[in-house]
Amino acid sequence: MIARRTLLANGIGGIAAGMLIPRVVYAAAPTERRFVFIIQRGAADGLHIVPPLGDPGYAQLRAPFLETLSNAHRVDATFSLHPALSRVAGLFDARQAMAVHATASVYRDRSHFDGQNVLETGGRHAYTETIGWMNRLVGVLPSDKGLALATDIPMALRGPAAVTSYAPTRLPASGADLMDRVGALYADDPQLAGLWHTALSTQAMVGSAVRDNGRSGEAIGRIAAQLLAPNEGARIMMIETDGWDTHSAQIGRLNTQLRNLDALVGALADGLGAAWNQTLVVVATEFGRTAALNGTGGTDHGTASALLLIGGALHDGGRVIADWPGLAPSHLYQGRDLRPTSATEAVIVGALARHFDQDADLMARTVYPDQPDLKPQMA
Amino acid sequence: MHASEIAVIRFGLGARPWDRIPADGRGWLIDQFIQWKPVLPNASALASRADIVADIAEYRGMTKQAKSQAPGDQSPPSAAPARKADRKQLNRFARQQYLAQIGVRVRSAVLSDTPFAERLVHFWANHFAVSADRLVTMGLAGLMEFEAIRPHIFGRFEDMLIAVEQHPAMLLYLDQAQSVGPNSPLGRRAAARGRKVGLNENLGREIMELHTLGVRTGYSQADVTEFSRALTGWTVAGLGRGRVARRRQADAKPGDFVFVPALHEPGTRTIIGKTYREGGEAQARAILADLARAPATARHVATKLVRHFVADSPPPDLVERLEQAYLSSDGDLPTVYRALIASPEAWLPTPAKFRDPWSWTIATLRAVNNGPGAVPPMQDRMLAGALDQLGQPVWRPGSPAGYDDLGASWAAPDALLRRVDLAGRLAAQASPTLDARALGERLFGTGLTPATAQSIARAESPQQGLALLLVSPEMLRC
Repeated sequence: MIARRTLLANGIGGIAAGMLIPRVVYAAAPTERRFVFIIQRGAADGLHIVPPLGDPGYAQLRAPFLETLSNAHRVDATFSLHPALSRVAGLFDARQAMAVHATASVYRDRSHFDGQNVLETGGRHAYTETIGWMNRLVGVLPSDKGLALATDIPMALRGPAAVTSYAPTRLPASGADLMDRVGALYADDPQLAGLWHTALSTQAMVGSAVRDNGRSGEAIGRIAAQLLAPNEGARIMMIETDGWDTHSAQIGRLNTQLRNLDALVGALADGLGAAWNQTLVVVATEFGRTAALNGTGGTDHGTASALLLIGGALHDGGRVIADWPGLAPSHLYQGRDLRPTSATEAVIVGALARHFDQDADLMARTVYPDQPDLKPQMA
Repeated sequence: MHASEIAVIRFGLGARPWDRIPADGRGWLIDQFIQWKPVLPNASALASRADIVADIAEYRGMTKQAKSQAPGDQSPPSAAPARKADRKQLNRFARQQYLAQIGVRVRSAVLSDTPFAERLVHFWANHFAVSADRLVTMGLAGLMEFEAIRPHIFGRFEDMLIAVEQHPAMLLYLDQAQSVGPNSPLGRRAAARGRKVGLNENLGREIMELHTLGVRTGYSQADVTEFSRALTGWTVAGLGRGRVARRRQADAKPGDFVFVPALHEPGTRTIIGKTYREGGEAQARAILADLARAPATARHVATKLVRHFVADSPPPDLVERLEQAYLSSDGDLPTVYRALIASPEAWLPTPAKFRDPWSWTIATLRAVNNGPGAVPPMQDRMLAGALDQLGQPVWRPGSPAGYDDLGASWAAPDALLRRVDLAGRLAAQASPTLDARALGERLFGTGLTPATAQSIARAESPQQGLALLLVSPEMLRC
């Protein structure tokens, strides 16, 4: 909690003037709430993850995929969940999970790297914002524990508020004496001193027992739970997943991807125990994929996709929310992609406001200052 | 720091204990243009491209056979384990090659007397990134660097571009090898039989967005699609499907680039307002030649080079100078490097870049090197594992954009902890005669700070002193 006040002031000062009010408001926020953002890098295919099997256009566009979706978990007359998402389907049944479909960020081109930058910074254009939206969120909540489950710090968490990163390692832990001396060596180097301090405090929290290799979704979910569960644990976390860019052999690749995602969510729910009821998880991607298949059993870069909201803090899940644009050729965006009918940023900020019991418009202005017209979408 | 020290640290890969600091830093860099030998040391044990592609083809043949024997998704109980075993075996071969190639890359960088040239190889391999995380690219990603990048770093950008786009690693990684023109002979025949084959725009898009023009430089979705049509027919020998493909590839070795007319979308193409007449393979080549000469490409390449060697935020004047050098020389890379070396912005004494895990690892292995010709005391598997753990697995950036070149990506708490772990391990294995106090002066010269010198001098053991030197602020930046 050192220099908490300074941190907050810096964080807010970096965004806009006249932002002292939110600090007071946010000070009342319940600190036991956990928020996890899982980014799907590579443009995840919402039409395959939450397939609209009830839309008559679907079979025409994606006939070769129908067989593998025959045992999909049915949500309603239009939408189902991919069969690999069995834990998530159970959470749908318990009303602790829902999907928002035909959603896209404000970005409308098809570059992964620009799209991810927009999704992570919350800017209106790529590379115009230098602070990530999660960093702004960390800056206004009364917990300064932002954490990336990755070796490096992803864009969404970069910015003036202090955050740290943690990823399990196989390298042997260094001796305590060497660690002390490294700390002394970095004492006069502002950048390295800060990094070293956060590295050590994160490591102390997890303990060395779990410093094994956490490749699979389940291991990552378990470690995430360990970091989020303690009273002094992290409250805002980002988990990066990649491998969603399925230009070819999509059936098999997405099956593996989704099994891992499902195991990650399952292990997170199991590991958090009672704290799961204080937790909200958002799963989102930079954009969707073409409605039709390409010539290589995959799909190319598209526009709208599906987003998942999961967590024990949700009580009205079990639904797919969509102003469904339909898959008829004339309804597709630019004749090729699922048309976006909701703004991903609006969904995220609406869910955040509800989760942290904050005023939604205020939350929107704070987390997405570059999008002043954003209307929070309350699920 | 003196210019000679800056040359070794910022443009090179750091000094070895027995290296002599060059008298003239700029001249030392320019001499490497001529001294550089693209041939790799100890590469004779590597399997050839033909071996690797033949293995992939064999595996594909087996899975196809297994599928046709068992229609529907109910495989007979005996087929499934056999397929799994094949996959495992192929995977083992590809992975073994991948690890051996990493070993060759590391040893080449550690043993090199032309480290600026090696840095350029690493830079260009990352610019044209292929990620070895799929079975088809695992054994080929490193070969692309060896075969398509290394011979061209002191040549013209256009030649490197064509060599890369015709390499099987790239053709397979970005799905070009399977792309079929809908109106090509094969496309029409497949459509008549109700089989779904068609265009894949992955390579076309990434060439424009990542390899040449850069994102948001004025091309449109229609340009990407047109370019993808022109690229149809560019594929890899030894993997083709059908009789036509096999006949056309009869005289090519597996893994060679081939143009297969039966896959090529016929017709004139229009890209960014310019028309390209039908010309088979030459059509896409002509487009690539124009992309290589485009002003947007000059800017893109200049920006990335400056970001790599000088600063995360490239000074605009410096970028402009490199851009002009590129345009005035038709993309002659030595001309561009000369402009960089001649610029005062590149020689500021304060280090502006945080070394990425690869550069730091190589600098570290050079720092503890025992003498001319001595190879690092780590097996290929350990070298690969170390880079995995440090967050930058070799040839596996996970995306065609490659690793970004920003300090913020690498200067992270957990990553720093892992560097300390690795430094501790390397120091424990290093020669006991290596004196970290003397080494500090040799490595950093006038750049060695009193704080680091004091920390090393007070260490509880020579090994601990060496570990501290390897993670010192001087070592982490360049």
